[in-house]
Amino acid sequence: MDFVLSKEHQMLRKMYREFAENEVKPLATEIDEEERFPTETVEKMAKLGMMGIYFPKEYGGAGGDVLSYVMCVEELAKVCGTTAVIVSAHTSLCCAPIFEHGTEEQKKKYLPDLLSGKKIGAFGLTEPNAGTDASGQQTTAVLEGDHYVLNGSKCFITNGTVADTIVVFAMTDPKAGNHGISAFIVEKSFPGFSVGKHEKKMGIRGSSTCDLIFQDCIVPKENLLGQEGKGFKIAMMTLDGGRIGIASQALGIGEGAIDEAVKYTQERVQFKKRLSQFQNTQFQLADMHTRMQAAQYLVYAAAMKKQNHEPYSMDAAMAKLFAAEAASDVTRRAVQLFGGYGYTREYPVERMMRDAKITEIYEGTSEVQRMVIASHLGVK
Amino acid sequence: MKNMSNYNSAAIEEFNGGIWVFCEQRQGKMMPTSFELISEGRKLADELGSKLYGLLLGSNVEGIAKELGGYGADGVYVCDSPLLENYTTDGYTKVICDVIREYKPEAMLIGATNIGRDLGPRCAARLHTGLCADCTHLDIDVPKYKDFLRSASTLAPAMIDSIKEDDRNLKMTRPAFGGHLMATIICPRFRPAMATVRPGVMKKAAFDQAKADACQIIKPNFSLTEADLDTQVVEVVKAAKKMVDLIGADVVVSVGRGISKDVEGGIKLAEELAEVLGGVVGGSRATIDSGWLSADHQVGQTGKTVHPKIYVALGISGAIQHKAGMQDSECIIAVNKNESAPIFEIADYGICGDLFKVTPLLIEAIKAAKAAK
Amino acid sequence: MKIIVCVKQVPDTSGKVAVNPDGTLNRASMAAITNPDDLNAVEAALVLKEQTGAEVIVVSMGPPPAEGMLREVMARGVDRAVLVSGREFGGSDTYATSQILAAAINKIGVGPEDIVMCGRQAIDGDTAQVGPQIAEKLGLPQVSYAAEIKKDGDTLTIKRMLEDGYMTIKVKTPCLITCIKELNNPRYMSVNGIFECYAKPYEIFDYNTLKDDPLIDPSTIGLKGSPTNIFKSFTPPQKGVGMMLEGADKATCDKLAGILAAKHMI
Repeated sequence: MDFVLSKEHQMLRKMYREFAENEVKPLATEIDEEERFPTETVEKMAKLGMMGIYFPKEYGGAGGDVLSYVMCVEELAKVCGTTAVIVSAHTSLCCAPIFEHGTEEQKKKYLPDLLSGKKIGAFGLTEPNAGTDASGQQTTAVLEGDHYVLNGSKCFITNGTVADTIVVFAMTDPKAGNHGISAFIVEKSFPGFSVGKHEKKMGIRGSSTCDLIFQDCIVPKENLLGQEGKGFKIAMMTLDGGRIGIASQALGIGEGAIDEAVKYTQERVQFKKRLSQFQNTQFQLADMHTRMQAAQYLVYAAAMKKQNHEPYSMDAAMAKLFAAEAASDVTRRAVQLFGGYGYTREYPVERMMRDAKITEIYEGTSEVQRMVIASHLGVK
Repeated sequence: MKNMSNYNSAAIEEFNGGIWVFCEQRQGKMMPTSFELISEGRKLADELGSKLYGLLLGSNVEGIAKELGGYGADGVYVCDSPLLENYTTDGYTKVICDVIREYKPEAMLIGATNIGRDLGPRCAARLHTGLCADCTHLDIDVPKYKDFLRSASTLAPAMIDSIKEDDRNLKMTRPAFGGHLMATIICPRFRPAMATVRPGVMKKAAFDQAKADACQIIKPNFSLTEADLDTQVVEVVKAAKKMVDLIGADVVVSVGRGISKDVEGGIKLAEELAEVLGGVVGGSRATIDSGWLSADHQVGQTGKTVHPKIYVALGISGAIQHKAGMQDSECIIAVNKNESAPIFEIADYGICGDLFKVTPLLIEAIKAAKAAK
Repeated sequence: MKIIVCVKQVPDTSGKVAVNPDGTLNRASMAAITNPDDLNAVEAALVLKEQTGAEVIVVSMGPPPAEGMLREVMARGVDRAVLVSGREFGGSDTYATSQILAAAINKIGVGPEDIVMCGRQAIDGDTAQVGPQIAEKLGLPQVSYAAEIKKDGDTLTIKRMLEDGYMTIKVKTPCLITCIKELNNPRYMSVNGIFECYAKPYEIFDYNTLKDDPLIDPSTIGLKGSPTNIFKSFTPPQKGVGMMLEGADKATCDKLAGILAAKHMI
């Protein structure tokens, strides 16, 4: 067990941190206030290989590993939860399933543009009637000769308004329950595809979240991802990987809030003392830091297992469960340490608290994570 | 590729050609730093018992040479050629090094302008001698140097006292490590000892017309042809004063709620003070929220974070969000009517008073101090 | 075509710098970084590489730990790195340093199409002397304070900054250019670059590698060979607690103006 980061990982963290401080942080408040998708940041990240970190060079990836990707999301999240989830959803929820389940033709066709960041990816599973109960898919896909016709709608889709390539799930056999769901690679230019209203959210307000609408949407037969009926399995496997990304996002948000609180409490004076001189402040920060450090170990361990092709489903669930709940707790405490100023939008901690909450919900609620962990423990 | 220079220094004793000052001119106008360095060079020459000469290169520049005598130069070496009209590294280095080899000055000072800092190292390398960059203080006499150390350093008195009094090298003091460290450099084994000197630091002496009239003009022989020049100056362009943004500014003068009784007047005073200090105007969040200044002027938590050399806070209380944007400024000056305003806790210099009365007085005082230099 | 870029690892003097109780600088309080102007030089070289396919080689004089910095520079796209390192080189002033670097560059070889690039000034020594002195030792024309570089065949057109404007200068390769921060925005290391950098060529030139170059003479390198020596070094008095000036009248303002003038702030 080696807890020391390799030279390359140290360099990566240094680069991610500089990039986050110089390019992402200055925009964080603005994109949250204006609910604006930071296109310019995505272009910069693409140039540095950040939109395809752990995929092989032969498909246009950066040739890194899962830990490299996790560290990227973490460092971005420290300054901006929105920017972090853009990378995470694109990487884990679209690039990954195509890489892991696509045919050679599909990989060669879609991965180069996605991994180079020329195109952005999304994942269309959630529906108005199928959230945690993902198997309740109502979008249908009917095979008609050389193409499928998709009808239905998806909601709460991250990167939805900007994505060029979406991995979409639909019922090819409504009578077969979970085994009747199939996965498709959908391009936004396919006839019958449109994007719905942008969701107004509590946090990650710069992240594009919207409905996807399929009205007799024509999807070529070659765009079936994996086999018919295997879609649910693909969705669950994809979400396992996505959980590591969201866990990293939560990790970064919590760590960023601690950094801000440490800085502020050393400047703010009340009762003729700096807040940092009070034991309560010190104890709070000690607890906050310990929780996020524990989260980091869970996240990195899950990443290493995925990298080594070991089963990592339970590890990913534990990492997301713990990191998300820790982030919500830590950001709440950070706002409290800032006092009144922390409640204003002048300081970033209220945004971090708003951003943290969603990590307990999407890509599998904390309740779902508990179900996964319990089932791996064999507790029935 | 040209032949590499392999000038072997003559023995140090042979260098008694005086102290020289390279006097930079641009477009036929003498750079102000030339007068500063002649004034300083005069003091050093007197301490050494040597003569002081200016070195002037250009095209049709003989007419501006005598003025250097008025500040203390015994004479000026003038090298005139159309090929020297615009500064080129090759042209100026060749002429200067050839003339130095012939007349053997013991030291040469160059103004540390963009040109001086290009020229100095090239000459020093060709002459195989030492060069000290961007000096802010020069000494020959050790007792005077010790006095300087006593006021300008944190060295222990015992350490200062122990410096040997017989060192007659030119002691060149300059900032390093971004100004966090000062180093005094000597060039004991080679001549001329060379220094580029920071413009605006040395004091210009009083002008003496009689001395100017008596100043000797010497025209050394030198050779310079087109073939000696490896670069071509296509044009020299004077740029219009560019917009300085808050973050890069050396000086920021900010206003706060204290200007509310006369917003226009207050901003005008800030602009005048900024102008005279060479800076830009900023504002606290209150001034932007009230619409007195546009958002790009805002300094603070939600505005810009600045670390200028001088930050002046006029009528700003110093709440934590404002402090966050400027507390790392090198020198903070605060003017506020309220003596318990938090800004005074971080100010280097505080004046408790009405900014409308104090600022005009400050502008005049600074103008006077600048003129006296 | 080759572009040889000189870089230096320096302490970060732009942040907070701690002073020891005895008045010496606490060097450990400063992180080791690549000199900022040198990154502008690296970026300019990489831009030219994209335009011409040139090979970019980075050279640095420093102790063995400087390898980490050179790998970071290679992670930005530089092809090859050379570290010049040896006990004999220690204590060199700018003159001695420029001879050593010139010898290293001679060993790499400067052809008729090649360009040597340097940052204008390092943030520890703050001299801006090494670039021009290397140019002199290599017999190359120099253009300093480059804020814009355009290449057309063997001719470079450079915007060379003055305090109040600029000169446009034309120079043919081979030549040496010193770069300032206005020249460009240095790129970050890329993910691919980081994973490739340890596989790129890296070599160390020591005293034995360079000793046959006429520039390398024991009497002209290292501490003993440096024309300049440090007579004394000291820290300026620290910023103390602020002072409230008495009154708010003409005398007060005159006093403040006098203080600022004495500190060369106006």
